[in-house]
Amino acid sequence: MGKDRGIGRVQELTYELKVGEVMTREVITARPDCPVGELRELFRVNKISGTPVVDGENLVGIISIEDFIKCLAGGEMDCSVEKKMTRKLEVLYADEPVVHAINKFERYGFGRFPVVDRKTGQLAGILSKGDIIRGLLNKLEIDYREEEIHRYRASHIFEDILADKTVITLRYNVLGGDFDRAGISASTLKKTLTRLGFAPQVVRRVAIATYEAEMNIVVFAEKGEMVSHIYPEYIQIQAKDKGPGIEDIEQAMQPGFSTAPEWVRELGFGAGMGLCNIQKSADEMVLKSKVGKGTDLQATFHFPD
Amino acid sequence: MKLEEAVRELKMEVRSAAGNLSREVSGGYASDLLSDVMAHAGKDCLWVTVQLHQNIVAVAVVKELAGVVIVNGREPDSETLSRAEKEGVPILVTSLPTFEVVGRLYQLGLRGTASC
Repeated sequence: MGKDRGIGRVQELTYELKVGEVMTREVITARPDCPVGELRELFRVNKISGTPVVDGENLVGIISIEDFIKCLAGGEMDCSVEKKMTRKLEVLYADEPVVHAINKFERYGFGRFPVVDRKTGQLAGILSKGDIIRGLLNKLEIDYREEEIHRYRASHIFEDILADKTVITLRYNVLGGDFDRAGISASTLKKTLTRLGFAPQVVRRVAIATYEAEMNIVVFAEKGEMVSHIYPEYIQIQAKDKGPGIEDIEQAMQPGFSTAPEWVRELGFGAGMGLCNIQKSADEMVLKSKVGKGTDLQATFHFPD
Repeated sequence: MKLEEAVRELKMEVRSAAGNLSREVSGGYASDLLSDVMAHAGKDCLWVTVQLHQNIVAVAVVKELAGVVIVNGREPDSETLSRAEKEGVPILVTSLPTFEVVGRLYQLGLRGTASC
């Protein structure tokens, strides 16, 4: 599992990272009128095996150590670079994801690709396989450190706070009818609880209940809030709204019973299972509601020993 | 089975989180009611649905699903996709209907998951 996830992250990074972020920016270049013989020093001093050919600001070709060797064998050291370079260029754009570059390396078998700025068409850098590996490793290390720091800080929070009683309160505002942001409190709370170091099973149960309670506010009320109180021994979530209230709580608890409007059901909400899901996930659930005033739902989750 | 195998075998198109296809899929669940998925879909399972709304991403995150298959050639909008990309949830689309998709996944060895 751990191994799989590691590979997954690297693959993900190849989509996230852009060629421009990992390329080498300081490019050694050759001029078109430069004699091939001069490449020897250029390659040797800079420890490179090929270079883009640039005329003024424009990228016009690429010349490699192989081209140089051919010229050496043919006694053409005085010939200009222009005559021996590859003109039909395969380039990468700085804003392309790294995965495109990897595909290109596989397809063409070249050692490097010039990187061009898509807007100006000018040479922006050069990319070798080594640049990609370096870029990925750097990013992985940064990611890893950031998450470690988050986790460390968060998981020690209870130990570091000295008080007779410690409660952490997380409050999320929920807007009625805002289906586009619906579910954000649940996913954000889930991430936060995971960082705080709570067991995955508990986090899942809390997240399911939070999601359903949040949806109830979105579907039925104008606005409300999701508040989570985190105690050292348990988590309590509270969903409060100033909505229409529930007429018959017993009926509302029946699986499949829903008063959600048709258009909401078409989106896949309003299946009449929200409250049952909350009750099943939580260790305790208390539902209070007054018609015309609003609803207050509390659910408690104890930590298994 | 890995998610990428399912993608390949059913010739599905990947619309988000293409870097997350090496995930292991534990089973499958098919439903268009979000609360039903919340109640019954198992961790790491592949969810087959016609729903396109952004909220499918929240459901997938909360239930830690391996991915979402959208059937009948329906196309999720860009908000759904950008949220899925951000959360790393693979969204796959296929022109096949649910019955066909589930049948083929079953043939590949995936079984239904049931959990709370």
